[in-house]
Amino acid sequence: MVFLIKVQLREDYSNLIFYLSPLVAVALTLFFGSFIFLILDLSPIESFKIFFISPISNSYGISELFVKATPLAIIALGLSYCFKNNIYNIGAEGQLTMGAIFGGGIGLLFNDSTSVFLLPSMILFGALGGAFWATIPAILKTKFNTNEILTSLMLTYVALFILDYFVVGPWKDPAGYGLPKSMPFPDAGRLPVLIDGLRVHIGVYFALIISLITYIIYNRTLFGFKLKVTGLSSKASQYAGFKYKNLIFYTFIISGACAGLAGLFEVSGPIGLLYRDISPNYGFTAIIVAFLGRLNPFGIILSSLLIALTYLGAEDAQLFLKIPSAVGFVFQGLVLFFLLGTDFLNKYKVFIK
Amino acid sequence: MSIDLIIGILNIVLISTTPLVFAGIGELVTEKSGVLNLGLEGLMLVGAVTGFITLVITGNYFYSLLLSIISGVILSGIFAFLVLNLMTNQIATGLALTIFGIGLSAMLGKKFGGTPIDGLNPYYFIVISFLLVFFIAYFLSKTKTGLIVRAVGENHNSAYALGYNVIKTRYLTIIFGGVMSSLAGYYISICYAPMWQEGMTAGRGWIALALVVFATWRPWRLLVGAYIFGGVAIMQMNLQAIGVKLPGQFFNMMPYLATIIVLVFISSNKLRLKLSAPSSLNIPFEKNQ
Repeated sequence: MVFLIKVQLREDYSNLIFYLSPLVAVALTLFFGSFIFLILDLSPIESFKIFFISPISNSYGISELFVKATPLAIIALGLSYCFKNNIYNIGAEGQLTMGAIFGGGIGLLFNDSTSVFLLPSMILFGALGGAFWATIPAILKTKFNTNEILTSLMLTYVALFILDYFVVGPWKDPAGYGLPKSMPFPDAGRLPVLIDGLRVHIGVYFALIISLITYIIYNRTLFGFKLKVTGLSSKASQYAGFKYKNLIFYTFIISGACAGLAGLFEVSGPIGLLYRDISPNYGFTAIIVAFLGRLNPFGIILSSLLIALTYLGAEDAQLFLKIPSAVGFVFQGLVLFFLLGTDFLNKYKVFIK
Repeated sequence: MSIDLIIGILNIVLISTTPLVFAGIGELVTEKSGVLNLGLEGLMLVGAVTGFITLVITGNYFYSLLLSIISGVILSGIFAFLVLNLMTNQIATGLALTIFGIGLSAMLGKKFGGTPIDGLNPYYFIVISFLLVFFIAYFLSKTKTGLIVRAVGENHNSAYALGYNVIKTRYLTIIFGGVMSSLAGYYISICYAPMWQEGMTAGRGWIALALVVFATWRPWRLLVGAYIFGGVAIMQMNLQAIGVKLPGQFFNMMPYLATIIVLVFISSNKLRLKLSAPSSLNIPFEKNQ
């Protein structure tokens, strides 16, 4: 039997397929994921239970889900501005680190403070730190035409070394047995938790508020309209007289500030001090979250929960199935592959004759 | 400085730079045909781990090299299918490939973490890397096929109208790039280290990408660029050894800062960048347009 596959460009743009394709991508990921478990000689159903259900079957697990989803959502919301504008800031990990250094630095500088202003100023400096680090690729892009993908990525490595310098050097805890970590932040510099005894913190509210503001900006403001037009056609945007360079600046600063905020929330929330590995690649994973959420502010909230689950699942899988937690990255990579692949159906009609 | 020391340093530079040459020259050919593959880091890691595992299990260098190459063909084939047939965003697809490769290599290599192996002599690869650059420079500028690759990268619509198979050409260049990245990874885990460790390529895939821009898409400049980078990386160690007082982290960030500075320098001349960059780079080819 011969199948002839014919492809035709869609004239009608399908919103249904656009929002359905993430679900298809997740389903395909699970399907192929089960083969990975089979190869590893594990029962797929049992493994999926450990991976996706048991991590969130108690209140601690659900709290952890929100702890992981919060930074992912905040960073991805920021990145959505860049990606909508066809600007590829992939250095969110570095901007997150800078946010942690700036904001955390304030916490360490005033480490005997009990003032109610300490936490707000840490949050402010966290966002500023991230924005500052994102301004560098923005300036290089607009003034010197330098590829922002490479510069933002290189700056990530630089930021990680700067953090390393501080935690083994000037900010090392004198009572820390020589370990590369800072003193803990004072209580006034810790992010309040939502429920006593659990780690879920008020960052969740920030994520929701940012998502709402982003929705309003995208749908109700001139700035959002400019982003949309530029993303669809940079020529149309030029004809309309939109200043592309300014858009690059604003989107970089917004995404950097969001990443910095997320970094500060991590160190002043669950971690409570500065050390080397403050982020398990949140800055990179948030790129997937942004795409999986279709750059839609509410979609990103949903996708951040899903990707957060792959983090928790990977931890449980390491504990109970004895497979490395990197399996989480495999799932994250697969889901992005399938999402991009299924987008084809959004652009084209496929017939089988 | 004695002659021995200079020779010693040159030797280390040669050994440590070779993976950059392999990955960089592969990506250069891919980009010349108009495709940007950001998945080098993932391809290198998977190439490194498959070669390593095969060597531990079979003890045969040929099989391990073969499997490493096959891993590159498969992974870059998947990338090619997505960006060429399904016309996905090349940047996002490349990132997916990198994340997938980081995860897959860590998963596969978990049991082989501390296994000792007999490393392969790096000098074969060093010689091959030089020959490769020579061959690619000749191929791109002097052969008909090389001209087709460049035509496809400059304007895929014209190349298609002239009767060249754009998709097939790009499949081949992507797979070539993928195999070169696998070889770079293989070299790192079998010759350079020789061992396996999670994430052992340490960002070399990204540096190789920057090198292609640095070289303004020219093979010989890529070789020179790779050795400048390799030299800077080694120099920082030696500066520390002779007692320059700066925290180690600042030396470690130098290659990355140098990359940024060089990129700024190269790209600030818009005309030069425009003249040397393949015009169809990162633009999907749609036949029915």
